[in-house]
Amino acid sequence: MGWTTSAAAATQTTASVLAAETSEAAEEVLAASGWFLENAWLIPAFPALSFLLILFFGKRFPKRGSEIGILAVGASLVFALAAAIQWISEVNRADDKNAALDAVSTTWTWWQNGGINFTFGTLVDGLAVTLLVVVTIVSLLVHIYSTDYLADDRRYTHFFAFLSFFTASMLFFVLSENTLQMIVGWELVGVCSFVLIGHWWEEKPNSSAALKAMLTNRVGDIGLLVGVSVLFFAAGETFSVLELNERAISGNIEHLPLLVGACALTAAVLSKSGQFFLHTWLPDAMAGPTPVSALIHAATMVVAGVYLIARLYGVFFEGFAIAGSSVNLLAVIGGITTLVGASLAFVQRDIKRVLAYSTISQLGYMVLALGVGAWTAAVFHLFTHAFFKACLFLGSGSVSHAVHSFDMKSDMGGLRKYMPHTYRTFMIASLALAGLPPLAGFWSKDEILAGTGGWGLVGGTGGNGAYTVMLVMGLITAALTAAYMTRCVYLTFFGQYRGHGQPHESGPRIVVPLWILAVLAVGAGWLNLPPGFQLVPENWTERFGHFVEPNEALSYFPKIAHADPSWTLAILSAVVALAGIALAGRYYFGKVAAVSPSATELSDGMVARSSLAAAGHNLLVNKYYLDHLYSGVIAGGVKGPIARAAYKFNQDGIDKVVNEVGERAVQAGHFAYDVIDQKVVDGMVNSSGVAPQLAGEEIRRMQTGKVQTYAGIVFIAAALLALGFIVFL
Amino acid sequence: MKAFLDDWGLTILTFLPMAGALVVMTIPKINEGLIKAVTLLATLATAAMAALLLGWFSLDEAGSLQYVVDHSWIDVINSRYIMGLDGISLPLVLLTVLVVPLCVIYSFKHLPEPRNPKAFLSLLLILETGMVGTFVAQDLILFFVFFEVVLLPMYFMIGVWGGENRRYAAIKFFLYTLFGSALMLISFLALFFLADGTLAGLQEVNTFDMRALSEGATTAIARTSQLWIFAGMFLGFGVKVPIFPFHTWLPDAHTEAPTVGSVILAAVLLKLGTYGFVRIALPMLPEAAAAWAPVIGLLAVIGIIYGALGCLAQRDMKRLIAFSSVAHMGFVMLGIATMTDFGINAAVFGMVAHGLITGMLFFLAGSVKERYHTLDMSRLGGLLAQAPKMGWMLGFCAMASLGLPGLAGFWGEFPAILASYNPAGILSEVVFRSYMVVAAVGTVLAAGYLLWMLQKAAFGTPREEFANSPDIKDVTKWEYMAWAPMLVLIVALGFYPRLIHEASDPAVGESLVVNVGDEVYGCLEDEDGIDCFEDLRASSAARSQNS
Repeated sequence: MGWTTSAAAATQTTASVLAAETSEAAEEVLAASGWFLENAWLIPAFPALSFLLILFFGKRFPKRGSEIGILAVGASLVFALAAAIQWISEVNRADDKNAALDAVSTTWTWWQNGGINFTFGTLVDGLAVTLLVVVTIVSLLVHIYSTDYLADDRRYTHFFAFLSFFTASMLFFVLSENTLQMIVGWELVGVCSFVLIGHWWEEKPNSSAALKAMLTNRVGDIGLLVGVSVLFFAAGETFSVLELNERAISGNIEHLPLLVGACALTAAVLSKSGQFFLHTWLPDAMAGPTPVSALIHAATMVVAGVYLIARLYGVFFEGFAIAGSSVNLLAVIGGITTLVGASLAFVQRDIKRVLAYSTISQLGYMVLALGVGAWTAAVFHLFTHAFFKACLFLGSGSVSHAVHSFDMKSDMGGLRKYMPHTYRTFMIASLALAGLPPLAGFWSKDEILAGTGGWGLVGGTGGNGAYTVMLVMGLITAALTAAYMTRCVYLTFFGQYRGHGQPHESGPRIVVPLWILAVLAVGAGWLNLPPGFQLVPENWTERFGHFVEPNEALSYFPKIAHADPSWTLAILSAVVALAGIALAGRYYFGKVAAVSPSATELSDGMVARSSLAAAGHNLLVNKYYLDHLYSGVIAGGVKGPIARAAYKFNQDGIDKVVNEVGERAVQAGHFAYDVIDQKVVDGMVNSSGVAPQLAGEEIRRMQTGKVQTYAGIVFIAAALLALGFIVFL
Repeated sequence: MKAFLDDWGLTILTFLPMAGALVVMTIPKINEGLIKAVTLLATLATAAMAALLLGWFSLDEAGSLQYVVDHSWIDVINSRYIMGLDGISLPLVLLTVLVVPLCVIYSFKHLPEPRNPKAFLSLLLILETGMVGTFVAQDLILFFVFFEVVLLPMYFMIGVWGGENRRYAAIKFFLYTLFGSALMLISFLALFFLADGTLAGLQEVNTFDMRALSEGATTAIARTSQLWIFAGMFLGFGVKVPIFPFHTWLPDAHTEAPTVGSVILAAVLLKLGTYGFVRIALPMLPEAAAAWAPVIGLLAVIGIIYGALGCLAQRDMKRLIAFSSVAHMGFVMLGIATMTDFGINAAVFGMVAHGLITGMLFFLAGSVKERYHTLDMSRLGGLLAQAPKMGWMLGFCAMASLGLPGLAGFWGEFPAILASYNPAGILSEVVFRSYMVVAAVGTVLAAGYLLWMLQKAAFGTPREEFANSPDIKDVTKWEYMAWAPMLVLIVALGFYPRLIHEASDPAVGESLVVNVGDEVYGCLEDEDGIDCFEDLRASSAARSQNS
């Protein structure tokens, strides 16, 4: 550990010395090379091609296009894994030479204009490779799952086309070499999300949810457009991710534009990654087919904002001065979001909405982690969360496949007897989400908590600052998470079946992906075991961080401090989670189950007894009234009174002037014609008797045409003005 | 071949449609097939001519005028027949010669009442001559003539083939534009008289030669006069664009015009105004332009927001698309107002992109109207169910229009926003950065009204009254033919913006930097630009006295 705050240095423990192994300052920088790393553009190219193939020829294929998609994403997965392996071996090679491994950047010129060179290309390093693997794995499983789940869908082929398109866009975004390219990827995944949420657009709620998602994201995109513009000029006209980071870290960007840029980009993260207060679209997005929710609205697209921060971490780290602080915008947003999401998950009837709020809450964890400088913990949580949350979503889809509903209270219950595989995988993923050891969520969550640097009881210090408040928020959320998942599991799988018909377990194309994800939900966390716990050999620990986190010798990554792992904190977080389970379990498995196996709540519970609890419940049911504010007040206001007022001003204000001018001109024309022309001029002409009658008729006929009258007046006026102009100037 | 193109290329390109119109006029009215064939042939020949010109166009020298013809014309006022093609004109000429044949193809099966293909198609051809001529003219009077030639055919198109309220719309369109062009003409005359003698490389003679005027008018004319002259041009071009608050003719004209008229209006006619700014107003009077730029920028961003709000208040789909033009042209004007080569490049791109996208939207609106006999969005719905391909096209164009990256619209919009963060040195950064934020907010509203339109028209299930309507069929063969090139171009330009920037970039650089001279450009980039221009004028006056 080459860089720590001076206060933290004093409290360094043995564990942190061991931890130092992962990020020891290297003496030189080694350029990574490898065919798969340099040709990473192929990874998004496969699904992009498959999108076009499915779109235009999909219906002619025996499996109506789904096989093309699976093949393409499979190829992407193979290439992504190959790139990952190559990256790992390159890191090992660099380690042997005690060197830092530089990112592989491949660029082409896109176009030039105004003296600025616009490039596009790929940027591959540990972070990018991680996302490539996550996206392709989850996407492939979702593809396979969808062949069963949507087998009878009216737009099956179309669905697979857009699944491919989404995968391509997301991979394109992940590989972005510059911020402009990121905008492109960012918007393309957004539009895929729009199309797929609105997949069943015949029903109004679905298309409205799609609209809401797109519009909310557009609000955040203001920040993206502004932030990219500000940083572009502040950094000396560059979009390049590496250069932006380098210049931010080396102090070549003034602090004010850096802060403005970081704040603007944070606005983009708010909408895309469902952070408070632009998170409201995400629960509604559950109107889309469940595989879409798993892939786009849980595992991949919604982490785009987290990825954006991680990718441009130099900008955020320096812009928000994360080091040596105890509060900053990112950490606060993350902390609030994680609490808001977790609290709202409690009052949902719809199983997918529980998971959606849970996703918001977990994304809050990631942003919080980035806010406190725990970069690796954030990326690691992104990694583990993708698997267990995808597993949960696909599990909820499997359940709804059986009971034809997402309503836990009226149509589920007791399903563990009917759907053993779904039940087991759902349980595993729930425990992983709740953060019980030794499942994946435990390790990544624990790292985030330790990374706040706010703990002090045997380790847990030496972070970038003392973010104690965030630590407390994180711990509360840990308890809440465990509790709402207990509720969700009880309502779905325990008690008595409350729905109609006979539920049945889903077929292999649904169950096998579930099991794969469940295995990952268990094992993924072992990739980054904390050092110093003496559980495993030390060279097995922090593997993920070692391969993913850029070495601090690299100029594009800020010098972040790493808090020491703390076994006391790890135990505390596990205890907190267990307490959450115990409390919720006592309520549901104890009291509710005692009332009746088919009961879903106590009729004389807290909400019924205490007006304060009722008010709180009401607040949650109304989602903190944010939707009322956005849809009713803001959107309704703009679309209703404001737009109408603007239009009224247009018609009765501006246009009235125009019409008035026209009418006055006609009047003037009549005056000119009736009085001057007919009486004065024509009178003179007639009295002189020179003009032939015929010509007079002809002129009159011409002049009565409205246009000619107008044109004449305008031209006379113009001529007079011209004269005045030339004379006076 | 090159020699022939050098001598005749632009003249033939410009007048070929007119010749076609003359031929059409000799064909008896009854012979509809022949009339259509001749019209299509004429427009295709024009397109082929443009392709030839493109083929021999030297992209390395896209900054300078090519195929220049310079003949005496009206000697009395020293107005000459000068034409030329550079990287700014080229994309717009190509856009024009592409859109017109597509309109002809579309008209084969969609001739508006009261039909009369002979008259309708002749007008279309005359219109094409006017539009192409405007983009290649390099003499102010010639430019003005072509600019006005456009007016009458469009007036008749709206007035004869338009909707219920066509007479009002047509007269409003005609008068409003005429009012603007009258002021523009005054400004041209003022330039002619005031910029005499002292121009670089000219004898002591007044001129309308745009090449000469852009080389030195600014140092020859007093600041106050410049401001007034620019104001005249501003009104002339601004009405055409249209800039808020001179836009009220546009929704009426668009709504009432027949489909093809709307397409041409949106795709090309509005660009005559912005082209005028880029080609004439800015290079000839950079000092005045810099003084006016904050106003233009302000009106541009007002237009962006205001146009969007106007859209949200509409019930009629066509009128909504019309209002969206006000917003989109706001982005183009914002790019121009930054007075940077980057911003003007964005504007040129925005013009072409808007032409293709909004043109396509009007085509679609026309075809929807034909099927449903209404464009009232509260009655539409379920287009995706009844005519899926057409519904997808509508969705695609809405996405392009709201500025989705990867499609053409984005590259006109985002660079304009980017450019306004860093306008020319003479302009206030604070002011333009505020504009940037407002413009960025406009992108949200754009998404709002377009998606709302999409939801109303395409999503949902069809209403009972249309559920079994025999008129509602999916895209026809003729519609495919007319639309496919535009759709392909929207994607192609979105993925490869270089297609336009390759030509426009050197030309913008040439007109903004090289032609005006290093000194003038220096003043534009100078924070104390006003003083700088005064000094420049003083030294230029001193020089001419010495010589």
